[in-house]
Amino acid sequence: MEMIRYRKKSANDMIFDIGVAVLSVIAFLIVAYPLYFICIASISDSTLVSTGKVLLFPRGISMFGFKEIFGDSRIWTGYRNTIVYTLLGTFVNLLFTLPAAYALSRPEFRARRFIMLAFVITMFFGGGLIPTYLLIKSLHMTNTMWVFIFPFCVNVFNLIITRTFFETSLPKELYEAASIDGCSHFTFFRTVALPLSKAVVSVIALYYLVAHWNDFFTALIYIRDNELQPLQIILRDILLSNQVFQSGAGAGGAAGGYAQKFADQVKYGVILVSTLPILIVYPFIQKYFEKGVMIGSVKG
Amino acid sequence: MSTQTKLTVPNRETSIIAKKPNIFNTFRRDYQLWIMVIPAIIVIFIFNYIPMYGIQLAFRDYDYTKGLTGGAWHGLYYFKMFIDNYLFKDLMWNTVKISLATIIIGFPAPILLALLINQIRSKRAKKTLQTTVYMPHFISIVVMVGMLNVMLSPNTGIIGNLMNRLGYGDVNLLASVNSFIPVYVLSDIWQHCGWNSIIYLAALSSVDPQLYDSSKIDGANRWQTIRHIDLPSIVPTMIILFILSMGNVLSTGFEKIFLMQNTLNLPVSEVIATYVYKIGILSNQISYSSAIGLFNTLINFFFLFATNAIAKRVSNISLW
Repeated sequence: MEMIRYRKKSANDMIFDIGVAVLSVIAFLIVAYPLYFICIASISDSTLVSTGKVLLFPRGISMFGFKEIFGDSRIWTGYRNTIVYTLLGTFVNLLFTLPAAYALSRPEFRARRFIMLAFVITMFFGGGLIPTYLLIKSLHMTNTMWVFIFPFCVNVFNLIITRTFFETSLPKELYEAASIDGCSHFTFFRTVALPLSKAVVSVIALYYLVAHWNDFFTALIYIRDNELQPLQIILRDILLSNQVFQSGAGAGGAAGGYAQKFADQVKYGVILVSTLPILIVYPFIQKYFEKGVMIGSVKG
Repeated sequence: MSTQTKLTVPNRETSIIAKKPNIFNTFRRDYQLWIMVIPAIIVIFIFNYIPMYGIQLAFRDYDYTKGLTGGAWHGLYYFKMFIDNYLFKDLMWNTVKISLATIIIGFPAPILLALLINQIRSKRAKKTLQTTVYMPHFISIVVMVGMLNVMLSPNTGIIGNLMNRLGYGDVNLLASVNSFIPVYVLSDIWQHCGWNSIIYLAALSSVDPQLYDSSKIDGANRWQTIRHIDLPSIVPTMIILFILSMGNVLSTGFEKIFLMQNTLNLPVSEVIATYVYKIGILSNQISYSSAIGLFNTLINFFFLFATNAIAKRVSNISLW
């Protein structure tokens, strides 16, 4: 009797497990296939791609798209600008966010509740696009690289995550012990708090990094100068406004610069080239994600 | 009394304890903490609080010579102008329609995905699925819309081609009034569903394992375990996230909609955010666009407070 019931249950469980497996595979394919498709389409003949003949493996392989992309000076300018904005921007982000998060995590710091409240309000209420635009303009930051670096360089959400991490992972006794030995907050922050918080520092560094890399809005509103445009704006021109590449431009007419055969190949290639750097960094930091989001949700 | 203690015991530590600590008398002790927090205060003050002062432009005639401090007082003139605008009804309706569709379809998706991932027993399979579904979150909006463009294009795109073969004819999913919202919402789910499931997975991982053990003893099957243990344990997270998303009901993602816009889908894709950009930044009607922006913020606030109040009454869970 007992045996039969057990067996029946495990049969049920098996059906359940199969259902879970099937759904998981479907979810996996829905996400993974388009990404894979972009990779194979970027090296395949565009006519074969558009007629649906490239589905599992690349066909009519050529590197024309990539040659075209890397031969375009706008891509290089965009890449250079984006790398500068991203690295410098993330550095400034961390420089402003981490010490503030540390100070606001100290229970003996009397002003912390008030400052926190003032910060959190900005998450729900702001001046809106136009007043912000006027402010940036009157600070003479439009059409300079600084508009990517300083405005909004403290993200309150990231600040809360970091602060909560410091609060929960640094035992109170640690600073007391250190301060008896004459350790100041500066030294403690640099030599104890930061090295113990690599997890949260990498998570918010990644958040900031990705935000800079993918930022399109800032340049759209504040940048006019072509020399300062980041990669995302150039991507928009190529992917959405159908601008042709320099080497192909000028041919005009039905030829359309380069053959239609390669038009889409270039687009798939551009998608790949612009997204790859982020996707390479990401698996290294992935193990910290859940931790990072969880900390944020405790007191978010 | 306290001053007496201070006089008799000239020890700094004791004097701070004797007096009730406040911002001023702890300043000397905590000056380093102040130095650490002040850069952040300055940045938040300049870029978040000063623009708030600029909100009053919505009630004034913008004067180029005076900047943020504004010109002559104009009362609610610009608000009336917006409400009387022939575009007003369409803008409101489009904005609400897009965000409600995003919430209704997009909200349950990560919950279902998290419940699914939580049921996978093989650790490696779980990890692989997680790594994959988080990935699209890092794709930029420009690239995302670019992907939609090349894949949905009626003559050269793979999906456009598929539709053609299935007998739907030459449909351009990107340039049609009917398909704009489905394309917008489904691509949004594709991109962010995995990432948004992290928070639910975190909540699920903190369920007391004893609950599972005792449900097993009681003879619950796995379906019942999901219904009676997993689901209730993520309800608080669900409610909080729902309130937050209702607080953004009028702030549909500007960038994605802006990039997906074309003349053919404009009747359904023009929303408040894109309209503010067009009249404020492109045609320089500063006061008018500030007023629309403020209008937007106020409606968002209304939804945030209303949902919060309802949630508080119904479930006793709320943001504040």
